[in-house]
Amino acid sequence: NGSKSVVRTLRPEAFKSMIPTIPVTNMVCFFAVSHSQITRLYSRFTSLDKGENGTLSREDFQRIPELAINPLGDRIINAFFPEGEDQVNFRGFMRTLAHFRPIEDNEKNKDPTASEPLNSRTNKLLFAFQLYDLDRDDKISRDELLQVLRMMVGVNISDEQLGSIADRTIQEADQNGDNSISFNEFIKVGNLQHINVWAGDHYLILSYILLSVLQD
Amino acid sequence: MACRTCLWLLGTTFFTCTVRLVVEGTEVGATQESISGIQIVTFKWHHVEAPYLIALWILVAGVSKMVVELNHSLTSVIPESALLIIIGWILGGIIYGADKMQTFTLTPTVFFFYLLPQVILDAGYFMPNKLFFSNMGAILVYAVIGTCWNAATVGLGLWGCWLGGAMGDIDIGLLQFLLFGSLIAAVDPVAVIAVFEEVHVNEVLFIMVFGESLLNDGVTVVLFNVFDAFVSLGGAEIDAVEIIKGIISFFVVAFGGSLVGIIFALLISLLTRCTKNIQIIEPGFIFILGYLSYLTAEMLSLSAILSIVFCGICCQKYINANMDERSVTTVRYVMKVLANGSETIIFVFLGISAIDPAVWVWNTGFILLTLLFIFVFRFIGVFLLTWILNKYRLVPLEFIDQVVMSYGGLRGAVAYGLVAMLDENKFKEKNLMVSTTLIVVYFTVMLQGITMKPLVTWLKVKRAAVTELTLAEKIQNRTFDHMLVAIEDISGQIGHNYMRDKWHNFEERWLCWFLMKPSARKSRDYIFNIFHQLNLKDAMSYVKEGERRGSLAFVRNETKADVDFNKKFRASFSEIMPDIMADNMGPDHEAEKGNDIVPSVCLDMHEQDLTMRESEDFNAHHLLQQHLYRGRKQHRHRYSRSHLETNRDENEVQEIFQRTMRSRLESFKSAKMGVAPAKKIQTKHQKKDKPQKVRGEGTFSPFLHVRPHSHPLIGNVMCMLCNVYVMLCHF
Repeated sequence: NGSKSVVRTLRPEAFKSMIPTIPVTNMVCFFAVSHSQITRLYSRFTSLDKGENGTLSREDFQRIPELAINPLGDRIINAFFPEGEDQVNFRGFMRTLAHFRPIEDNEKNKDPTASEPLNSRTNKLLFAFQLYDLDRDDKISRDELLQVLRMMVGVNISDEQLGSIADRTIQEADQNGDNSISFNEFIKVGNLQHINVWAGDHYLILSYILLSVLQD
Repeated sequence: MACRTCLWLLGTTFFTCTVRLVVEGTEVGATQESISGIQIVTFKWHHVEAPYLIALWILVAGVSKMVVELNHSLTSVIPESALLIIIGWILGGIIYGADKMQTFTLTPTVFFFYLLPQVILDAGYFMPNKLFFSNMGAILVYAVIGTCWNAATVGLGLWGCWLGGAMGDIDIGLLQFLLFGSLIAAVDPVAVIAVFEEVHVNEVLFIMVFGESLLNDGVTVVLFNVFDAFVSLGGAEIDAVEIIKGIISFFVVAFGGSLVGIIFALLISLLTRCTKNIQIIEPGFIFILGYLSYLTAEMLSLSAILSIVFCGICCQKYINANMDERSVTTVRYVMKVLANGSETIIFVFLGISAIDPAVWVWNTGFILLTLLFIFVFRFIGVFLLTWILNKYRLVPLEFIDQVVMSYGGLRGAVAYGLVAMLDENKFKEKNLMVSTTLIVVYFTVMLQGITMKPLVTWLKVKRAAVTELTLAEKIQNRTFDHMLVAIEDISGQIGHNYMRDKWHNFEERWLCWFLMKPSARKSRDYIFNIFHQLNLKDAMSYVKEGERRGSLAFVRNETKADVDFNKKFRASFSEIMPDIMADNMGPDHEAEKGNDIVPSVCLDMHEQDLTMRESEDFNAHHLLQQHLYRGRKQHRHRYSRSHLETNRDENEVQEIFQRTMRSRLESFKSAKMGVAPAKKIQTKHQKKDKPQKVRGEGTFSPFLHVRPHSHPLIGNVMCMLCNVYVMLCHF
């Protein structure tokens, strides 16, 4: 009955853009989020969707003011869009956000096609990895690292210094000597507390409070 | 240097004492003297006695503050308030030694009428409104229910112990215990700020404790008056009617007080709206009207603290918009000066008042039990309420936050002021209560204040790994931070609150029209019009340039895409930017006047000129530490009694913003020109070269009602620029 009420509140246009054979109830199982979360995210989705055509484009994301002052804002926006596409529907939106739910031990995954729950630790790390690795060759090269570093530091660092930082970073993380960071090496970097603290959309602040208190 | 100041301080006190002795001497002498001739110089002490002493005490307080601030390593361990109390003890001892009685104490009148209002006004004026109102529910729960819980449990607990004989034989009753409980239960804003300045906590936790300490006055006043009346009536007269009247009086006092404050806020805003011609008197209004709101509420037996808090909270935005920049700076600075001064005097006098054997009554049971109960019941209360609240809050409060909140429930001068107001005839054990209150204040301010920081550090250290992070880890951590923030913003966890949106619309439409100077209002529209004109002109010249040069040439020649808003904007922006930036950057962001805070939306494509020289031995870690952007959440909100600094984060924000806009414009340009961006890395994400339709005529920005343009390129460039404008407005 809870699922029925969710279905009723969703606008018909949204269905057109979703794969018609998967109703919302299955979405709940697939993404393992609760009904209330779906309705809340859906209302957020529609409020972002200015064109009211059931999909979001990059401009819709760019309209969120806080993303303009986030160093990785544009990269994260890109992460929502599947390769080569310019529009994302609600399902895709949910899919990306579902990476950030808390990890639960007793999670039931009813979808037979997925091998691992979306928000498993590996998938979260993969998501982060893909922020660096633009060309999808499963390696973070020095240039890619440099690009991300450049986005994250102030303007007073010269390119040479940044290059040295990037070199040292790769030195630390690289284990097989190919001068780039593969996914396996990426996983090993690291502060495990982050992985466990990553949380769903409304626990993000929690992790933030913890992080800000911890990293004081 | 230190010696000199100390000597000076002691000297001042000696001077005060000798003056008094001299005064007494001349008193006696004056009556017997007969005028023998013209006195060339006379010593007219009585003429100036009262104001002289007041000025002298303010001076002494100021010098004490200087003494306290001499040694920074000391102040980081022991909070200033504790040190000031210690100085108060010393001074009190000197005065007592000279006079054999305590001539100077903190009387309730002086405290409540002359020392407290400016502290609270400062708190209200600098209150981060957004944070405050979004956590209002939780704050109210702690302030109202928490204080009632504390009052009830402490009162009943003490009563129970008295019945059990733990306190010996004292002349006291249940109602008096409850009254005592209610005045000792309230968390004190002055003490809380003083301690939390040293301990950096996250902003949600801070606003909880701070907000609670301010709003609990509503409850304290009601409980105090109700129980005071009950004690006067005597136990027999209390029936259900009286209790119901008590409950009703709570609502009346709390809401009435807030209403008085809001009315005065409206008055201030209206007054500043009309002061265009005589700007020099503007700063005075907030202080006078703030004080009047305090006194008016006090006159009507409503909650004076709530009144002045809401006065400050509600008028911030409008007077900052209406007043001249210099007036705004004056108000902010004077507010801090007054608040700081008052706080210093309060703590010094809290120390001095203790050195008075006349008020000391020692009852081990009473005192120790009080200390125990307020401590334990505070913890229980906070944890219980948080457990309930966490079920409804979007963001649950962590265990460590709850510990800090419980431990940070300091009592202070307000409790002392209230207890000093008790009538000795009704309360036979008044001195016992005064002594206990003093001990409680000292215990919380000094002991809890000193141990707060180590406690927090200890709790944190338990959780965090102590190992030094590698570069890769640091970078990764920071990446994750930014990522989490972005996801949070995208998923809109704050959400579109219906009520909040309605309030914003109402406020934009009616309140701003009513309370803001027409020129301030017009500027807000003006900026929008300017943008509109700019958009059109620049978009057209941009496109024309592209067409003239041929698209490929245009793309390759990156240096030509120069949309420099800076010079066009600066003049018209400078007036408006202070309030747009200040409003959203946080109240203690000192708005840099004029040109500095124009967000130089200079989308020029030139390489940033890097003048930093390379040094031979550069420390990568150090560099990273210095230059990595901090995430948004790490821009900790700093309410401080003594600091009015600019957020260095603002530069960060500007840099990031410029960079983002630049890259967006670049990718937009490359998309329009149908050419893949010439990046160093070949990406597979090529923008498809399909014609872009004009995005829904006129619907691509909620703020901009645009006539549809036939040229698709202009439409899209304008869309991009509109987004820029939207972002600026949101800052």
